[in-house]
Amino acid sequence: MAPKSSLFFIVLTALLIVMLLIAIAFGAVSILPSEMWSALKHGFTGKEPATIYESVFIQLRLPRVLLCAITGAILAVSGVLMQGLFRNPVVEPGLVGTSAGAAFGASIVFSLSPFMSPSFKSVLGPFMVPLFAFVGGLVATYLVYSIAKDKKHISILSLLLVGMAMNAIGLSGVGLMTYIARDPQARSITFWNLGTFSGANWFQVFVTGIMAVVCFWVAQRQAKKLNVLLLGDQEAGHLGVDVKKLKTNILILNTAMVSVATAFVGVIAFMGLIVPHVLRLLIGSDHKKLIPASILMGALLLTIADVGARLLLAPAELPIGIITSIVGAPLYIFLLKKFQLNQTN
Amino acid sequence: MLEVQNLQYQIGKQAILNDISVQFQPGLCHLIVGPNGSGKSTFIKIVSAEIEAYQGKVLYQGKDAKKITKQNLSQYRAVLSQHTELSFPMRVDEVVMLGRNPHFEIAPSKKDNQIVQDALDLLSLQNLAGRNYQTLSGGEKQRVQYARVLTQIWETPQEGLRYLFLDEPLNNLDVYYQQQFLSIAQSFINDATILIGVVHDINIAIRYAQQLYCFLNGKIVTQGLPETIVQPALLKQVFDIETSIMQHPQTGKPIIIF
Repeated sequence: MAPKSSLFFIVLTALLIVMLLIAIAFGAVSILPSEMWSALKHGFTGKEPATIYESVFIQLRLPRVLLCAITGAILAVSGVLMQGLFRNPVVEPGLVGTSAGAAFGASIVFSLSPFMSPSFKSVLGPFMVPLFAFVGGLVATYLVYSIAKDKKHISILSLLLVGMAMNAIGLSGVGLMTYIARDPQARSITFWNLGTFSGANWFQVFVTGIMAVVCFWVAQRQAKKLNVLLLGDQEAGHLGVDVKKLKTNILILNTAMVSVATAFVGVIAFMGLIVPHVLRLLIGSDHKKLIPASILMGALLLTIADVGARLLLAPAELPIGIITSIVGAPLYIFLLKKFQLNQTN
Repeated sequence: MLEVQNLQYQIGKQAILNDISVQFQPGLCHLIVGPNGSGKSTFIKIVSAEIEAYQGKVLYQGKDAKKITKQNLSQYRAVLSQHTELSFPMRVDEVVMLGRNPHFEIAPSKKDNQIVQDALDLLSLQNLAGRNYQTLSGGEKQRVQYARVLTQIWETPQEGLRYLFLDEPLNNLDVYYQQQFLSIAQSFINDATILIGVVHDINIAIRYAQQLYCFLNGKIVTQGLPETIVQPALLKQVFDIETSIMQHPQTGKPIIIF
């Protein structure tokens, strides 16, 4: 098993690197490797970019590709964590209200910031958007979780149904916010519903990047416990796992990273469903491998989807959520058919 | 010794267990029988420290079970429940390895791997080791879970005792494996092991128990050697059935004929 899985990781890493280079090179304008190289040299030595291509590369293309890869990794890991938590392959952050709640929280900042006091804004500065997104995501996830919970058990069916209602509430909230927005910067409802990386910048890359590294590290430390949890709450308890604490930790961790990503790029559905499903078929259900593998594969697949979004209708651009949904929704239906929903957890 | 003092447990106003005090000595096979709803399964959940909202005391060698951390307890206490399903594909040997989790920090040691192999051998599961657990039959799954539970407390602790609880482990099993399960349990017992099991089939319980406990309405009605306590009057009282009792030609133990 060990040599096979290390080969798997090498291949996945190589594919990711190749795909990242392709994603950087192609777009509305193509960038040559030599231009990338000189742009990086100028960047590190603090000089101004020499050509328009170099500045496109440094200011637009590179942050966009990195933000996309980080977001893909976050959404995939989040899928793994939530599925492990609920012991069911049909949950992901887009389906249990986390993403919609986060989008609502972030859209509040955009629409209501003209009415907020300047001192309040200056304290939080650019961190206001991810912070509001986190609060929104946390409230939505907590509500879904506690409404779907019946005494001690939580049924997947009610979780998904309540999640659907929460998505409707969150996205209507987003709709309302974009409707009343006075700020010319306010982003469109399409952005929140379907996601896009067109506004990526370095600040967003750093915030999501740091968040991702911290959360992945913590998640990996819970991997062993998540493996035991596959046996069920009762058995995990017998094997010494504090199930309640584990579940709370995972939910907060998950909400934090998904909310921050959603704040910057909108709701990208089904990534958390596709990646874990494919990986479980390829390398099994051991979370110690699943978490790192989903980081790589999530980054890889969302980068491919983003290149598709940029190139399919070039020079116009498709919202990336359309592409992930085309692939993800049929898989979701397949999984719904395959797994019994009335089981409780 | 595992000691239970004045154990009371209720759900709402419904009393499930009613003032039970009992002691379990190591080295013996303690089996519990009783009709449905007599509280025997709840009793196992309480003495195995799964349920904590009870009154009274459960003492593991004099130490209050509520005061032992779950992590600590999991190194010497294992529980086999009725049936365990997995939502994701997992190899049989991976499932069994989960039982070693309380004993290693990050990756299993050579010793852990060896124990898993030994447990697979013991339950004749070697030919299923690479199979996906989800594709097994109910009885095969139960054998895998038994192997997992045994690996958790495979080694006799240096000091102190190990505790094995079996909560109706024989459901889904053929007669052959029912016997195998309890013979393995017996061979597992030593001076440092306390084994307490709930068994549905009274004849099987009589055959393997060294101490038999009859539960009724949340109380232990009778306890003792099966040979001495099993009488038609007791069975009438506990199970509300008319029976005849014969002697097993080989073991000399009682056999109940319904």
